[in-house]
Amino acid sequence: MPTRREIFERRQRRRANLIAALSTGAVLLAVCVLVPLSPGWESVQRAFFNGAIFARTFPGLLEAFLLDVAIFAWCAPLIAILALALAIARDLRAPALTPVRLAATAFIDIFRGLPVILVIYLVGFGIPGLGLPRPWNSPYLWGSLSLILVYAAYTAEVIRSGISSIHDSQRAAALSLGLTETDTMRYVVLPQAIRRVIPANMNLFIALQKDVALLSFIGPVEIFRQAGVYKSLLANFTPYVGAALIFLAVTIPATRYADHLMNKQRRQQQ
Amino acid sequence: MSLLETRGLVKSYGGTRVLDGIDLTIQAGEMVCLIGASGSGKSTFLKCLNLLEPVDDGQILLDGVDIAEPDLDPRPVRQRIGIVFQSFNLFPHMTALENVLLAPCRVHGRRRQDVSPEVERLFTRFGLEDRMGHYPDQLSGGQQQRVAIVRALAMKPDVMLFDEITSALDPELVGDVLDVLRTLRAEGMTMVLATHEMGFARELADTVCFLDNGRMLETAPPAEIFTNPQNDRTRAFLARVL
Ligand SMILES: Nc1ncnc2c1ncn2[C@@H]1O[C@H](COP(=O)(O)OP(=O)(O)OP(=O)(O)O)[C@@H](O)[C@H]1O
Ligand SMILES: [Mg+2]
Repeated sequence: MPTRREIFERRQRRRANLIAALSTGAVLLAVCVLVPLSPGWESVQRAFFNGAIFARTFPGLLEAFLLDVAIFAWCAPLIAILALALAIARDLRAPALTPVRLAATAFIDIFRGLPVILVIYLVGFGIPGLGLPRPWNSPYLWGSLSLILVYAAYTAEVIRSGISSIHDSQRAAALSLGLTETDTMRYVVLPQAIRRVIPANMNLFIALQKDVALLSFIGPVEIFRQAGVYKSLLANFTPYVGAALIFLAVTIPATRYADHLMNKQRRQQQ
Repeated sequence: MSLLETRGLVKSYGGTRVLDGIDLTIQAGEMVCLIGASGSGKSTFLKCLNLLEPVDDGQILLDGVDIAEPDLDPRPVRQRIGIVFQSFNLFPHMTALENVLLAPCRVHGRRRQDVSPEVERLFTRFGLEDRMGHYPDQLSGGQQQRVAIVRALAMKPDVMLFDEITSALDPELVGDVLDVLRTLRAEGMTMVLATHEMGFARELADTVCFLDNGRMLETAPPAEIFTNPQNDRTRAFLARVL
């Protein structure tokens, strides 16, 4: 037998669902009816939503996207390693290591303070401009390095926030057993801190996957550039829509997963 | 010679003297209970004893050697003086067994397979043999606290400090943890215990110390301090808690 409260809540829930469905349906209907009625719709549809062009360019876009994925795949582990080193270096307390600490601090300040595209231009055009021989003049190399520098700075700060979120009593417990500061960091603080910042770092890595497209400005023919090539060739913007769909197919599930992890963690901490 | 002794121990936090000249002598095999109101300085005193908090002034003599020396390496001292906290402070990302093995392996540099047998014996002795592979969040508060005790004991300390180790436990779990203390008492472990469990202090302590605003106002065997306290403030405190 359902209780009075359960019957009441079920009725409430049914009402809420009905209202949500009706209002969503109304908005969708309005969009589908009203947008095609607008005067410029025909030309927009031809320029952005051309089915034939979409079908023709999509496989090529997908192939170009593999390069985005590859760049992401070699940048991500290097970012993780550099970020960890930076996060640790920033909190070094030994006087002899002051230069290391200062360098890490400066690094993080600089690369967090610059627009990604600016770093890509400066590093990506500047360094090969020195007249380096192949393969050292590759835009892939220096473009990737730009992404690594910028994203390592952000990731380092996230890791640091994780480190400072570990309660002091954990450090006290480790030190009270006679562990060194280094071992305390390595075996007690860092493993917990890193686990705690995984969702936040996932969001950074999703942003990284999108920012790989910026490398197109210095040469690599990745998906954004490929879409541009198709656009010029076919005088049509539909390839950009295709590229957008490909990005979303990757980033939306990843974002949802990060949110899921974040919520799970919040529940565990309560 | 006493095993552990403090002379005029002073500790301040931002201008307030939390410990204001504490003298205490602990003999080997003795069990000392610290009682006193919340904020009287019990936890701070224990943390100073194993150098988790730097001392401002005074001496701490361990086997006659002053360990309150500011430039002394605290690690060898901490290996000899174990501490168990009110909030367990187990490492949540390690199993109970890994929690206990970490320090013997990293600090003493012993191999895991060499330490494991004796650690497993400790687990068995405190009724935890089937909990070794569990993570802290899979254990009850009482089990977690016993693992924390095992973790400290695995370093084979000469002195154990316990900071209100039953205060965070549900009443029905307190008994198991107190049984562990009884066992250790029977084995002759030297212990300093900050506690609100007056009945337990009365039953097991050799000496009870009353701490008030960072001062040790009265030090006496339980039979004396509980039945005939000399100091007015001790009397007032006991009247409130008993
Ligand atoms: N890290 C700290 N910084 C500043 N003040 C502190 C710090 N730790 C303790 N104190 C202060 O020192 C005093 C003594 O605290 P302590 O924790 O030693 O008391 P206690 O006797 O253990 O109390 P309780 O029974 O509540 O555990 C308190 O007034 C507390 O506010
Ligand atoms: Mg306390």
